[in-house]
Amino acid sequence: MHFTLHIWRQENRHAKGHFEKYEIDNISAECSFLEMLDQLNEKLINDHIAHPVCFDNDCREGICGMCGLYINGRPHGNDDGVTTCQLHMRRFNDGDEIWVEPWRAKAFPIIKDLVVDRTAFDKIIQAGGYISATTGGVPDANNILVAKHIADQSMDAAACIGCGACVAACKNASAMLFVGAKVSHLNLLPQGKPEALDRVHNMVVKMDELGFGSCTNTYACEAECPKQIKRQNIARLNRGWIGQMFGRDRRK
Amino acid sequence: MNLDSKIPEGPLSQKWTNYKAAQKLVNPANKRKLDIIVVGTGLAGASAAASLGALGFHVDIFCIQDSPRRAHSIAAQGGINAAKNYQNDGDSVERLFKDTIKGGDYRAREANVYRLAEVSGNIIDQCVAQGVPFARDYSGLLDNRSFGGAQVSRTFYARGQTGQQLLLGAYGALSREIARGTVVLHERHEMMDLVVVPDKDGKPRARGIIVRNLETGELERYAAHAVVVATGGYGNVYYLSTNAMNSNGSAAWVCHRRGAAFANPCYVQIHPTCIPVHGDYQSKLTLMSESLRNDGRIWVPKKKEDAEAIRRGEKTALDIAEEDRDYYLERRYPAFGNLVPRDVASRAAKERCDAGYGVGPTGLAVYLDFADAIKRLGRDVVEQKYGNLFQMYKKIVDVDPYEYPMMIYPAVHYTMGGLWVDYELQTTIPGLFAAGEANFSDHGANRLGASALMQGLADGYFVLPYTMQNYLADQIYVGKIKAEGPEFDEAERSVRERLDSLMAIGQNTDTHHSVDHYHKALGRVMWEYCGMARSKESLAIAAQKIAELEAEFYQHVTIPGHSSEMNPELEKAYRLADYFELARLIVADATQREESCGGHFRVEHQTEDGETQRDDDNFMFVAAWEYQGHDKPEVMSREDLNYEYIQIVKRNYK
Repeated sequence: MHFTLHIWRQENRHAKGHFEKYEIDNISAECSFLEMLDQLNEKLINDHIAHPVCFDNDCREGICGMCGLYINGRPHGNDDGVTTCQLHMRRFNDGDEIWVEPWRAKAFPIIKDLVVDRTAFDKIIQAGGYISATTGGVPDANNILVAKHIADQSMDAAACIGCGACVAACKNASAMLFVGAKVSHLNLLPQGKPEALDRVHNMVVKMDELGFGSCTNTYACEAECPKQIKRQNIARLNRGWIGQMFGRDRRK
Repeated sequence: MNLDSKIPEGPLSQKWTNYKAAQKLVNPANKRKLDIIVVGTGLAGASAAASLGALGFHVDIFCIQDSPRRAHSIAAQGGINAAKNYQNDGDSVERLFKDTIKGGDYRAREANVYRLAEVSGNIIDQCVAQGVPFARDYSGLLDNRSFGGAQVSRTFYARGQTGQQLLLGAYGALSREIARGTVVLHERHEMMDLVVVPDKDGKPRARGIIVRNLETGELERYAAHAVVVATGGYGNVYYLSTNAMNSNGSAAWVCHRRGAAFANPCYVQIHPTCIPVHGDYQSKLTLMSESLRNDGRIWVPKKKEDAEAIRRGEKTALDIAEEDRDYYLERRYPAFGNLVPRDVASRAAKERCDAGYGVGPTGLAVYLDFADAIKRLGRDVVEQKYGNLFQMYKKIVDVDPYEYPMMIYPAVHYTMGGLWVDYELQTTIPGLFAAGEANFSDHGANRLGASALMQGLADGYFVLPYTMQNYLADQIYVGKIKAEGPEFDEAERSVRERLDSLMAIGQNTDTHHSVDHYHKALGRVMWEYCGMARSKESLAIAAQKIAELEAEFYQHVTIPGHSSEMNPELEKAYRLADYFELARLIVADATQREESCGGHFRVEHQTEDGETQRDDDNFMFVAAWEYQGHDKPEVMSREDLNYEYIQIVKRNYK
């Protein structure tokens, strides 16, 4: 297969970026999008055309959340329920023009080419995306009973890989699906209840502070999430927000 | 070299208790005056940093990814073992201990493995308290499944994403400590060297590290009273493996270069159920969880002509009648069937494919079939158990595994070898500790499924927070350690020189190749001559080819850009430079070990029916290697393994 690629090139955080056009040939339909980029880089290096394109990637099996490209206007490209590393070239037609961009969001500044800084997500988690169980001194695992359907819902939310596609997909660059998923994962479980209200409050405040936008219920995040995290998580977050307004202990 | 494993006195079941009772502790007010460096944020690193931070130590933690949550522990699928005996099926600490020792083909240290089994239950308690959403049954209790090498159900799981959920638990605990200020996170930072400073008494001690900021290329120095390396294994020396692209052996290797012994490098685990190789542009192999072998049945055609027809595309699996299928694991190993340990299953697949019964376009694949399970349990139940794995398979291969059997083939997965550590997980350099896959201690010559997660978390949550205190208790007299002095200067200078010399290669020649070109070539050599089957001849060929490739690499590799910017090609280059040295050591270790055990199969040493043949009289030892310089062969020392409690028998799964 042959493709014409338009790839966002940007030297560093402070430089001005631009699209660069590259042609690539002899691509197998069975190879993944990132393997196609590997072959492009190999060509750029061998023919001394340009410095190879920087893009984040690691596990290449859709679980680490490291990769994330905006391909032809869609986060992770034209397939449902996959990350960029699981997108295969068989999803494209021979001769296609493909536009490749990094995530675009104020809270995710571009570091180089297609690589963005997602440390904002870590900061949201640090604000409360955990249960404060210090090592040791916890009860036997089966002393905490969790109804199967609750454990399943919690697991559905916990499947989030923190790739940032939801933010990239959202016209407001909102992180509500990411935050909603973490809050749902923990607050649904009995272990998460004692800190539930503080968790909602602190994570939402941190999210706002870091420059993520507001949710206007368009649900592009849900449509593009590679792990198919549901919008119900946003509803739970909103419900939790109302709950914390009345129930949270403010004396701290 | 003196290898003192420091195994505590007393009966096996009392050793850890006795150790804890006698060890030195650091008082709470002193803990915050002691600095610890942790490299790596996988299960072992994140859990260690979180636990040490919670105790009150000051911890700096480093990872090469953009977030600690991306460490490769996240990709573990199937589960985590623990001797809880929740299923009332006869499990116990003793049973888990024995299974692990036997699974490792009697090449692991008894006391370490017993401790691992002992703390396994605490791990599950800890993870549940953190909110890890393990699978549950309708009563709300925890559910279990079986893994290879065990006849009980002791594996806890969170769908096919157990590693992810456990890592997110540890990452949560770590995030909490970061928020409290006890742990400082340095993401996109790679350890480039270990700084060893002699004490007043002349004894060398690990006192810091040199790291490279992967965004800016700047070198930075960090000092501490102790260093923990939890940077995973070196499976990517084979290029194609189930490891992540950035997983590498370099952090452990620079420790080795600075004097830490490296143990059993030839023990590499080849996982039987991975998606087969399909093209030379391929960058990695994807694992299909071992848990699939609970319900999937592995087979190839009984008749060669059927296999040939499938390879030519004239027949599919569905055209082969039941009586013409060879369920070779069930045939060869009736007691364990499809759930034999990984090394056994991998070799059996290779044997069938080499004999001409392989399927798929290349003939290097076997079937993993769920038709029976779907008939027995219904599609819904199968989907609930393995849905995400089936989805992953379908996305990659474009074949629906509910309709057609999966095609699988073995691939490099895990390395049992690693930095040599004693009972305290301390390396041969005082103050340098190694945890998780980066050390060698618990899995012998073969790791059982669902035991890597158990070991990583055991080391981080329940071992290091104790044993490190025993070391740190004396360090309070040293005072604050500063990242200065001749040793820090020398280490930083040597890193800079290494980077400059790599960047300079290929400037004066016309033939250039990328780093990947050499890495792929090295991988092919390792897989071909030092992979699932090794012989004296093949290892000699490997040694020669590695030397040739390495020489060529240092003449012709081309690295675009500069060292003072984000430069993934440079990162790959310095990791590959270390892999060449490591590959040489793997081959040397495989050559000296004139026996077959676990993942190390020497064709000269096999029984009549093709099983591994150990030589306990001559090889019941840990091989610990000492670095002598880039061009010199390494020197081996032995730590003899003494089995006081385990009765050593032939490893039999029939």
